[in-house]
Amino acid sequence: MLVQELLERSAAATPGREALVCPGRRLTFAEIDAEANRLAHALRRGGVRYGDRVAVLIDNSPETVISVWAALKADATFLVINPTTKSAKISYILGNCRASALITHSARWRNAAAAVASTPSLKTVICAGKSTPAIRDGVPGGVSFLEWREALGGMPETRPERKSIDIDLAALIYTSGSTGNPKGVMLTHQNIISASTSITTYLENRADDIIMSVLPLSFDYGLYQILMAAQFGGKVILEKSFTYPYQIINLIKDEKATGFPIVPTISAILLQMKDLGSEDFSGLRYISNTAAALPVSHIRGLQKIFPSTTIYSMYGLTECKRVSYLPPDQLDRRPDSVGKGMPNEQVYLVDENNGIITEAGVIGELVVRGANVMKGYWELPKETSERLRPGIHPWEQSLYTGDLFRMDEEGYLYFVSRKDDIIKSRGEKVSPKEVANAIYAIEDVVEAAVIGVPDDVLGEAVKAFVVLREGSKITEQDILAHCSKNLEDFMMPKFVELRKSLPKTTTGKITTKNLQ
Amino acid sequence: MEIREKIKGFIVENFLFGTDDASLGDDDSFLESGIIDSTGVLEVVGFIEDEFGIEVLDEELVPDNFDSLSKLVAYVAKKKG
Repeated sequence: MLVQELLERSAAATPGREALVCPGRRLTFAEIDAEANRLAHALRRGGVRYGDRVAVLIDNSPETVISVWAALKADATFLVINPTTKSAKISYILGNCRASALITHSARWRNAAAAVASTPSLKTVICAGKSTPAIRDGVPGGVSFLEWREALGGMPETRPERKSIDIDLAALIYTSGSTGNPKGVMLTHQNIISASTSITTYLENRADDIIMSVLPLSFDYGLYQILMAAQFGGKVILEKSFTYPYQIINLIKDEKATGFPIVPTISAILLQMKDLGSEDFSGLRYISNTAAALPVSHIRGLQKIFPSTTIYSMYGLTECKRVSYLPPDQLDRRPDSVGKGMPNEQVYLVDENNGIITEAGVIGELVVRGANVMKGYWELPKETSERLRPGIHPWEQSLYTGDLFRMDEEGYLYFVSRKDDIIKSRGEKVSPKEVANAIYAIEDVVEAAVIGVPDDVLGEAVKAFVVLREGSKITEQDILAHCSKNLEDFMMPKFVELRKSLPKTTTGKITTKNLQ
Repeated sequence: MEIREKIKGFIVENFLFGTDDASLGDDDSFLESGIIDSTGVLEVVGFIEDEFGIEVLDEELVPDNFDSLSKLVAYVAKKKG
């Protein structure tokens, strides 16, 4: 089965059912399917071929959702880029995967322009929102440029002929790596269908579920809300962010949402709101949390605000989408556990010699087997071989997560730490090296080191230590301003500390061990 | 004038890092322009509560009150009565 068939089946079975609600627009399954078919034809006409990559750089909106489906229908692989990504990184990603199409919005053009001008593989650009002469002038000759409406105009609503099979790549999801450059996680149709089936099974999703989602589609957790809802025939209320919590709370009530996927930063904000306790959330069937563990105090606080809502504590990584969930009936007994492997997946812990740990309480690296495990990192064989290795059978590739866990007597998992130095802020992975690299680009910076420090709202906040050339007039503010122009929002340092020097190892490498 | 200058000062200092004073228009949407996100809004709430001695109610935390400099100024002025 192909990922787009999730949509196509729902469009055939319940064409008039509402599938997506965004500010100012409500769409049925049939409308999404028809518009995605038209966009798929437009992509084909723009030169997109079987196996090509189609990049999507738009804030959460109907166009983002339609673009994802259309790329698949055009036999291509989609990648959704975080809309706050800055120019240099967009260029890197488009160049890295040799994208042949970019679907973006005029509001994001400032950061997209350089990538459009510098990606030789690009054949077509489609722009949601109004374009201007300045935008059109920035598109190199030979690259087709159309506004959304122009692109779709005259295109048939019928499904384009398809060539893809389920082992073809459906998605590339770029994720921060310890090397500093983002890596493209390769997911086949089969990977995604498998993960989506497992998750909707344990969440017991039904066609009458209505999901309130504020997560960006660039984040696999946000993307899957759309894919899963198409699978079970339900509806997604899609907002750009959780910036105005009260607005989201009202939407949950007004739209009668039954599911609310969150990350710990959202729960921290919910718990800071003053009068939520008196609201009636009896229609909200479940809240799910992933990306980073929900502190037990958050779980207790959420249970007070949402007394009749089931809370799912989950854990995962982009490389296999989701690993585990805590069955809700275990929440009171072991609130600090992330549970067990999800349906149709096996997990186990290994010691440093790759021996399977059977004893409770012993810490080891978590290994995942399942059809949800990625095919590797795009064109990075070395990094891929560190993560994908033969597991309990020599003929298979299992995912070595790089995360350390322990298991209790009954097999429930408890997160201990990561093996690398990746920072988890707002539930997103931040590469200390990537942030440090951005800071090193400032002329007077001699040394920079970046760490994560505990933060009530963010989980971990990014903190940078910087050594400047003697006599430099650069301030902490200047460094923050530079970072804000070069890094995505979630990677922004919260603190910058100027130092005379940084601690080093005996071989002269900067060590972050004693920094805080 | 004073409310406006104080709020603008806070936003330029904390979200534009002191550099982009001129580029912040009174009616620019913080959300659309990416100046302030969900954690940033909480910082703004904390600032105006401390600075102007008002209490922001949950239901007041909406774009109509918070999503541009001019909306924030009007909201604070109304709260201060």
